[in-house]
Amino acid sequence: MEYKISNRLKMSAIVLIVLGLLGVGYGFMDSHKVNEDNISEYLANQAHHGDHGDADNHSVASHGEESHSDAHGESVSHAEEGHGDEAHDGGHEMSHEEHVLHQIHNRPWAALYVAAFFFFMIALGVLAFYAIQYAAQAGWSPVLFRVMEGITAYVLPGALIVLLIAVASGTIGHYNLFVWMDPEVVEHDKLIQGKSGYLNLTWFVIRGIIFISGWSLYRHFSRKFSLAQDKADDNKNFKKNFRISAAFLVFYIYTESMMSWDWIMSVDPHWFSTLFGWYVFASMFVSGITVIAMISIYLKSKGLLEFVNDSHIHDLAKFMFGISIFWTYLWFSQFMLIWYSNIPEEVTYFVTRIEDYKLPFFGMLAMNFIFPLLLLMNSDYKRINWFVIMAGIVILCGHYIDVFNMIMPATVGERWFIGIPELGSILLFAGLFLWIVFTALGKAPLLAKGNPFIKESEHFHY
Amino acid sequence: MEASKVIHAIYTDDDVLMSAVKKVKAENHHIEEIYTPFPVHGLDKAMGLAPTRIAITSFMYGCVGLTVAIVMMNFIMIKDWPQDIGGKPSFSYLENMPAFVPIMFELTVFFAAHLMVITFYLRSRMWPFKKAENPDPRTTDDHFLMEVTVHNNESELTSLLKDTGAVEINIVDKEEDAH
Repeated sequence: MEYKISNRLKMSAIVLIVLGLLGVGYGFMDSHKVNEDNISEYLANQAHHGDHGDADNHSVASHGEESHSDAHGESVSHAEEGHGDEAHDGGHEMSHEEHVLHQIHNRPWAALYVAAFFFFMIALGVLAFYAIQYAAQAGWSPVLFRVMEGITAYVLPGALIVLLIAVASGTIGHYNLFVWMDPEVVEHDKLIQGKSGYLNLTWFVIRGIIFISGWSLYRHFSRKFSLAQDKADDNKNFKKNFRISAAFLVFYIYTESMMSWDWIMSVDPHWFSTLFGWYVFASMFVSGITVIAMISIYLKSKGLLEFVNDSHIHDLAKFMFGISIFWTYLWFSQFMLIWYSNIPEEVTYFVTRIEDYKLPFFGMLAMNFIFPLLLLMNSDYKRINWFVIMAGIVILCGHYIDVFNMIMPATVGERWFIGIPELGSILLFAGLFLWIVFTALGKAPLLAKGNPFIKESEHFHY
Repeated sequence: MEASKVIHAIYTDDDVLMSAVKKVKAENHHIEEIYTPFPVHGLDKAMGLAPTRIAITSFMYGCVGLTVAIVMMNFIMIKDWPQDIGGKPSFSYLENMPAFVPIMFELTVFFAAHLMVITFYLRSRMWPFKKAENPDPRTTDDHFLMEVTVHNNESELTSLLKDTGAVEINIVDKEEDAH
């Protein structure tokens, strides 16, 4: 079955990108309206409006918060160096203003980064799922291979964008995402100094390039062999794909773990967790599977995937259900171990989140666990397309909030909001994602007919 | 009533059995029971058996287990003797909930699994020392047996079952109190 991206879809993608760019641009302009000259006025106004109670309370609360946030080192060092000569009514007050200013300036960067990472992580999750299907020689999924290949077309551009934003935030930006990129912070921070062998910009970029080239090389060759298999009269290409998939999975599980330390965990360079890589993996895996299901249902509704039947959707929904629970298991294992032992240097991570992000932090648990648990438990519901779509939307929103919860507390602290910068970034990358994915879907027939398992897959019945 | 007479048609192949079931159903004869040595995929659908509801019972048992866990620990740890154990907050259930989750989970699974198995035993009438209801010992090895009730149509039924590929057809007087 041939598919061509429709003009309507292309137009919607462009509209999304334009709206997104406007939103992102507005976010950057808006955040820079507040600067060193008017920050005191801004804070006074805010206190006046009763946003954070009275000014005294706020300064005490946020000071307590600073003591466990890594922005602490940053704000103190700025007060000491950058603004030591400016008129100040007490270093304490000054450091608070610096701190707030940074959070305000970080917001559009963080919003952009969260959305970029979210869409990239969907594509990488699909790539891992695809490799697993090959390595496991799954008999049910080959009819979905072309859909997966279409989605993984976003891995390369998506990953490059994430890396570029990360590097840009530390070069053209003012260290808006990763405080360890700021030499002034590192100078005053013994902990980051100790980690600077790993956390330095050069190595960060080199590692990022290694990850991205490994993933996209696998994606490139796997797609190539998959297309070649369509025309081949033996299984040579399939066997090659089997081998590189197995090798990729080994590479993937190492690089995915390190990527999660680099691109996510290091926004909190004082904090570490051993199962973090798995946790991020579960998040990307479930989002990826959800997107496979949603795009398959969309294409099927257009009459383009008539070889995909209810049982395939049922299997994907089972994966959505199972991996949602797996994600919860890892989330809880990470949370409960840290909550239980309550070691100050570890627990601050969750203290910030519970104090300042109560709704998103526990809301995502409802969206990522309770909702799919109750909706997708029934076997019949997993075959109803609109049901899977609805559950999928909730799961995707939940995992966006998951990434949001990982990045935002370290960058904007209690000054978070899901407003124009965040929504604009989501629209921007959603448009880009749709465009790239659906263009890639149009480049090859939607049935991988040369695959030795394709007959079994077409007749798959559960 | 002559319902005490049944025909036992014996088959040696599950594919033949499946097509026989479809044919007998198409002729509107009531199939009393089918004995097979192993699960035959699609047999329940072909016979038109109602789907099982055991998964639903299991879900409800799980809910019971979760409730038991919550009520038990809320009483013991929060209500009855809210002692300070290693600084864990025992002021309310919610505050100390993460510590209870492993038990909540395990009891949910425990109740869901065990009560479902017991339900299965009860519904399928299985217990130790139960007298086996087996019309022909070969059905536990390599033969399939279809039991069809006779309503004054012995010869018609016999020829129909012969046509479906039965290797052996026996007419049996069924003792009503056999089980």
